[in-house]
Amino acid sequence: MNEIFRIMEEDARKTPQQIATMTGIPLSKVKEAIKQAERNRTILKYKAMVNWDKLGEGQVWALIEVRLVPQRDVGFDAIAERIYRFPEARSVYLMSGTYDLAVLIAGKTMQEIASFVAQKLAPLEGVQGTVTHFLLKRYKEDGEVLEGEERPKRVPIMP
Amino acid sequence: MKDTKRTKERDMISKRVKEIPPSGIRRFFDILASLEGVISLGVGEPDFVTPWHIREAGIYSLEKGYTSYTSNYGLLELREEIARYLKSRYGLDYDPQRELLITVGVSEGLDLAMRAILDPGDEIIVHEPGYVSYMPCTVLAGGVFVPVPTTIENEFKVKAEDIEKRITPKTKALLLGYPNNPTGAVMDREGLRRVAEVAQRHDLLVISDEIYERLVYGVKHTCFASLPGMKERTILLSGFSKAFAMTGWRIGYAAAREEIIEAMMKIHQYTMMCAPTMGQMAAIEALREGEAQIAEMVAEYDQRRRVMVEGFNRIGLTCFEPRGAFYTFPSIKRTGLSSEEFAERLLLEDRVAVVPGATFGECGEGYVRCCYATSLAEIEEALERMSRFVKRHRAR
Ligand SMILES: Cc1ncc(COP(=O)(O)O)c(C=O)c1O
Repeated sequence: MNEIFRIMEEDARKTPQQIATMTGIPLSKVKEAIKQAERNRTILKYKAMVNWDKLGEGQVWALIEVRLVPQRDVGFDAIAERIYRFPEARSVYLMSGTYDLAVLIAGKTMQEIASFVAQKLAPLEGVQGTVTHFLLKRYKEDGEVLEGEERPKRVPIMP
Repeated sequence: MKDTKRTKERDMISKRVKEIPPSGIRRFFDILASLEGVISLGVGEPDFVTPWHIREAGIYSLEKGYTSYTSNYGLLELREEIARYLKSRYGLDYDPQRELLITVGVSEGLDLAMRAILDPGDEIIVHEPGYVSYMPCTVLAGGVFVPVPTTIENEFKVKAEDIEKRITPKTKALLLGYPNNPTGAVMDREGLRRVAEVAQRHDLLVISDEIYERLVYGVKHTCFASLPGMKERTILLSGFSKAFAMTGWRIGYAAAREEIIEAMMKIHQYTMMCAPTMGQMAAIEALREGEAQIAEMVAEYDQRRRVMVEGFNRIGLTCFEPRGAFYTFPSIKRTGLSSEEFAERLLLEDRVAVVPGATFGECGEGYVRCCYATSLAEIEEALERMSRFVKRHRAR
């Protein structure tokens, strides 16, 4: 059954009929599995992976290292929630190592991000300190190489 | 400067070479060169690039300066790795020092095997449809090629009794090529066991081309040499081209008893010296760390295989379910065209390249070979084009 989702993760536009053919799983079973996955949030949503730079609308991204003071009973979860509720925070991860949260922020300009960090993130109670790293260039994202992946051709007819 | 001594009358090409008919697919290259937007199901190799860690091992070997010849047998480290692999996968015991030879692909392995065992006039029995090299390699080695047809009714598996009927006092060997190019057929253990009995009864060698050994879907591959008593009789040929997507690296191997490997090495050392060193280094990495990638590639081929087989049956080109390699072999008989006409017209009219079944032996007539080692999007588009083609060409 996991094969169904591996196929969809690679290409969400594959139809249940196509997936049924590819896997040999009966169509009704495929449909049912997808429906259930949508219901229980195994599939969170369907979306396109857009290269905004090509549309002249590139965004500024930053990775913020956040050091936290853990809180009694809730540990890092409560403060993490306060942070991930900001729509500017696109991804939030608890990390091992020299800092605690990695927060990926997207904004229109560097200033926008800088002021978000200075005014919203850093002053939060429980936040001990932040280090901001601006993203300079995307080479590969979520398994996809963004540029220059032209493949050499194979001999078209070969016995 | 004109060479006046060279007149047209004197034929410089050997009779042996002239005995080999020209390849039926060469003219398709010219047609292909003149067309754009062709989808090719005519390829014979993976569409994956060699996994990066294997390529990286090749690059590293260059950086470290591994640019000289290796032993004629190939790097001992690689032979040891292959011996371990054959032991763990098929329970076979080959001595890496004496019973393994690294070749320039299975292509060279076939040539060496034939030349090592055939005397002029010796016969070798080979099932058809089969890989295009089998016949020329036999002829170049001075042997006599004795084809055995296989049929769709038996899912293109060769029958022991059909082999036995063709045995003469001159028969020296059998050749098996399963999983099969072009049909995708896989032999089951029982069928192979019966072939083994024939080999035993008539004291024959068996060349077993198992290059597609790892590409099987929902069935188990039986290594012919692993059947009781067969290791001594078998020249096992395999390699890295298909399983690890390494066609351009040119690395294969032969496993057989010492006396045969010694004979093959004798030819190899004078004609080839050794297989490419960089490729051998990469092959070591492939065997040590490549299993996960094989599994991923096989899973993808399997999905595409299902899509293609289902598609052909849907558009009216009856297709048995192939269980190995990466080929389907649909019947085109309902169009009333020969496989060559079918391939040529399909290419010109709807721009899909396939290989005529007759390329692989007479009994391949009525079929075409279509490779699914290509993206799903291309397979789906090709099926659509072929559906249009079949509708236009339905025989009355
Ligand atoms: C059945 C069979 N044997 C041997 C070969 C040759 O493979 P290699 O790249 O190892 O020379 C091929 C390649 O297409 C094949 O299909």
